[in-house]
Amino acid sequence: MGDEEMYDIVIIGAGIAGLTASIYARRAGKKVLIVEASSYGGQIINSPNIENFPSYDNVSGIDLMRKTYRQAERLGVEFVFNKVLKVEKKETTFLIVTDDGDFEANAVILASGTQNRRIGLEHESEFMSRGVSYCATCDGALYKDKVVAVYGGGYTAVSGACYLADICQHVYLIHRRNKLRAVGMPVERLKDFKNVETQLSSTIVKLNGEDKLESITLATPEGEKTLPVDALFVTIGREPNVNFIEGLEKDDDGYIVAGEDCKTNIPGLFVAGDIRTKKLRQLVTAASDGAVAATEALEYLQGA
Amino acid sequence: MIEVTAENFKQEVLSVDKIVIVDFNADWCGPCQMQAPLLEEAAEELGDVCKFASANIDFAKDLAIEYEVGTIPCLVMFKNGEEIDRKIGLQATKKVIKWVTKKCTTL
Repeated sequence: MGDEEMYDIVIIGAGIAGLTASIYARRAGKKVLIVEASSYGGQIINSPNIENFPSYDNVSGIDLMRKTYRQAERLGVEFVFNKVLKVEKKETTFLIVTDDGDFEANAVILASGTQNRRIGLEHESEFMSRGVSYCATCDGALYKDKVVAVYGGGYTAVSGACYLADICQHVYLIHRRNKLRAVGMPVERLKDFKNVETQLSSTIVKLNGEDKLESITLATPEGEKTLPVDALFVTIGREPNVNFIEGLEKDDDGYIVAGEDCKTNIPGLFVAGDIRTKKLRQLVTAASDGAVAATEALEYLQGA
Repeated sequence: MIEVTAENFKQEVLSVDKIVIVDFNADWCGPCQMQAPLLEEAAEELGDVCKFASANIDFAKDLAIEYEVGTIPCLVMFKNGEEIDRKIGLQATKKVIKWVTKKCTTL
């Protein structure tokens, strides 16, 4: 072991769960570090109007998270904006390896949320922002009058295809099953668009292009087929951000198994927010997890 | 932060001899709204080392197309009229500072 800086608690992720955990842990006098890969705020910053958070009639995700971040900062929570590469359990401590320095902690709270599910194809990362996008409503406007494809069959995919149909010249909706998963209004709306072509029972097997996406290759029941497209919107769901730690018990969808006490199968490692197995994923339940995980971590530190 | 469009891009970005970071954004993009104040903080700390500019893609669509910005927020780094690097997605203040400082020492 080297000269890594030592913390009582390292929290991974600066969304509402991680920030709440940090506030509780700091108020208990612990030395706390939050490691965040992007910037603070988490997924909620995409929501302009939050109307179900107690004490606010209406607040934007950005405003709420800015306040929460300032609150944690004022209390003395430390922040580094690095990507976590590995969390390793040592004898009594944890080693947190990041892309810019390592840290050591007596307890770890995982609050890294979820990310858009990738297809897992070659060139996918390389073409990000050069044709491959994970959000039709965010990036659709950049492909006005172009030919685009949407991958997925759920609500987000179908409503994304409807949104793009208004902007783009042609939209392919590609889904691996023989029937769309989405039902109701967006599916009905989809039928009104003459420029949407649905390709069922098909999977994308290749992303082609030099410096940017130029076409996609599909495996269809009739064989392989290549479609020239300017953009591909991948909307095949979300997945937990936990590929940096081994030995954690997860459910079939990759979420970390833990009860209301936020304890994982690894002693000293707690989990809070959207990455925990739970029924309701909301701001308040994530904040609640943060408080519980911090309290359990404090109890663990006392016994350690 | 100065607003750039196709009209003033040459003058404000391409013909500047120090590093210029262009923040491609939009009013309706949550992470972009978050990015702007973080860039202001970075600008304050970095001082004269580099220049920051904001390109709202609703008014600077031609630029977004020319530089193949397919996702926002997107920070494109220019030096002597050429793109030298870019970062996709929301970037924390410290990350931006580190990015610029690193580039300054390697250029």
